[in-house]
Amino acid sequence: MAINWFKYSAPTTFYPLAGKLIPWFAISSAILFAVGLYIGFVVAPSDATQGEFYRIIFIHVPSSIISMFLYLIMAGYAALGLIFNTRLSSMMASAIAPTGALFAFISLWTGALWGKPMWGAWWVWDARLTSELILLFLYLGFIALHASIDDPRRADRAAALLAIVGSVNVPIIYFSVKWWNTLHQGSTIKYSGTSMHIAMQQAMFTMLAACWLYAIAIALMRVRSIILEREKNTKWITELAEVK
Amino acid sequence: MGLDIWMRENPLTYIWVGSYAVAFIIFAVEIAMVIHKRKITLQQVRLMREASEEE
Amino acid sequence: MKKLSLFSLLLLVIRRDLVLAMRRRADVLTTLFFFVMVVSLFPLGVGPEMDMLRKMAPGVLWVAALLASMLSLGRLFSADYLDGTLEQMLLAPQSLSVLVLGKMASHWMVSGLPLVLMTPVLGLQFDMSVEAIGVLMLSLLLGTPILSMVGAIGAALTLGLRGGGVLLSLLVLPLCIPVLIFGTGAVQAVTSGLNVSSHLSLMGALLVLALAFTPWVTAQALRISME
Repeated sequence: MAINWFKYSAPTTFYPLAGKLIPWFAISSAILFAVGLYIGFVVAPSDATQGEFYRIIFIHVPSSIISMFLYLIMAGYAALGLIFNTRLSSMMASAIAPTGALFAFISLWTGALWGKPMWGAWWVWDARLTSELILLFLYLGFIALHASIDDPRRADRAAALLAIVGSVNVPIIYFSVKWWNTLHQGSTIKYSGTSMHIAMQQAMFTMLAACWLYAIAIALMRVRSIILEREKNTKWITELAEVK
Repeated sequence: MGLDIWMRENPLTYIWVGSYAVAFIIFAVEIAMVIHKRKITLQQVRLMREASEEE
Repeated sequence: MKKLSLFSLLLLVIRRDLVLAMRRRADVLTTLFFFVMVVSLFPLGVGPEMDMLRKMAPGVLWVAALLASMLSLGRLFSADYLDGTLEQMLLAPQSLSVLVLGKMASHWMVSGLPLVLMTPVLGLQFDMSVEAIGVLMLSLLLGTPILSMVGAIGAALTLGLRGGGVLLSLLVLPLCIPVLIFGTGAVQAVTSGLNVSSHLSLMGALLVLALAFTPWVTAQALRISME
């Protein structure tokens, strides 16, 4: 069976497909959150050095990972939109941006809350936390630039270029921040050196999957609204059931 | 500091209220905003369609 | 019109921009005074204790250089955009990247280079040692061109937008953080007696990368903004 990948690259076909997929992602995400939290809090034992406080990692680490990957995915979609002029790709990039930014914020917030019991301060200039802060700025820059340009085509393309430049910069930024951190003997927030108990790993992976599914569901929901907004002059939109 | 002492005596509450609750509130707000945006976009499209039908 | 080689095109653009900048000396000088003023604010804010000021000095001067650079970047393309010259540049058969490189060079000469030259005076305010001032000047010399070049991308993307200057800074400052880190790191290395060459060579590498890529990226950004 040959899959025609390009069938769904048009807003007209993608819109109903996304609509059908959202409930699946949403429900499975909710289930995995419940399972993950159960394993993380009930099954996993308390840590030898950090006691109960380490349990923050079950939300901190997944949100960090997702915020970083979402940025690359966002930049990828934006690049596709820039190179191939496909509207839907640019719409996906715009749909992903706020979610990525919020995950970056959650990562910073939970990182700070983890830092307080560990290091006594709400913020330590740990290399990864600092890079995460810069990532948040990059997301905000993308969103702000897109919002400041009235012409949607120019907005999509300018923001895409910014995202690509940002992606190229991310390794440079991360390397320089790490360098800076070691120079100044900054603190490093990381899980204790002892190997992780199996339940902790399970909880971590479950929560990671839960967050991914949530991110996909939210991005699909958002892109549907973006499609509605951008294509509101077309016939197929006015024929939609929800509009009538 | 009062907060420090409270934190050490109630680690789980600290984690729940401080991190997880905040994260879930953020998720809830995000979901609410997406749903709201969909509602007003649909309204806009409906208005546009009615305006063009009157022509 | 005789055919211009790329190099003479570059010189032409630089000369034109420098002449235009000289006509608007006020803009150039106000940015310079901003730099001096910001640097002078820090001791007023944190107190005159020399040990602390000496430690803060590279960071303060570098951040001030970043801010001054952000202020002047808005002007990079706006004058040409408003009077139609930019449109002509986009239509010209010559390489847009070369024209952009020329504008970046003249921007640096007018906003970055003066900062480098002012550094000894400001460094003395912070009781910096001669070696430290020397390394700071070198790091600014290598780094301010990078700021002009990366900033040009932001200036091209935000061409003609309301809220342009602040938006430009929001977009460009995160990208300039590595330059800040290596620049200040070099000075801190010399004051602790460590080797500066690694910081400066990393800075040099960033400069080469910027030279290679930013003119073309900025040209693309200009095309996007001008469509």
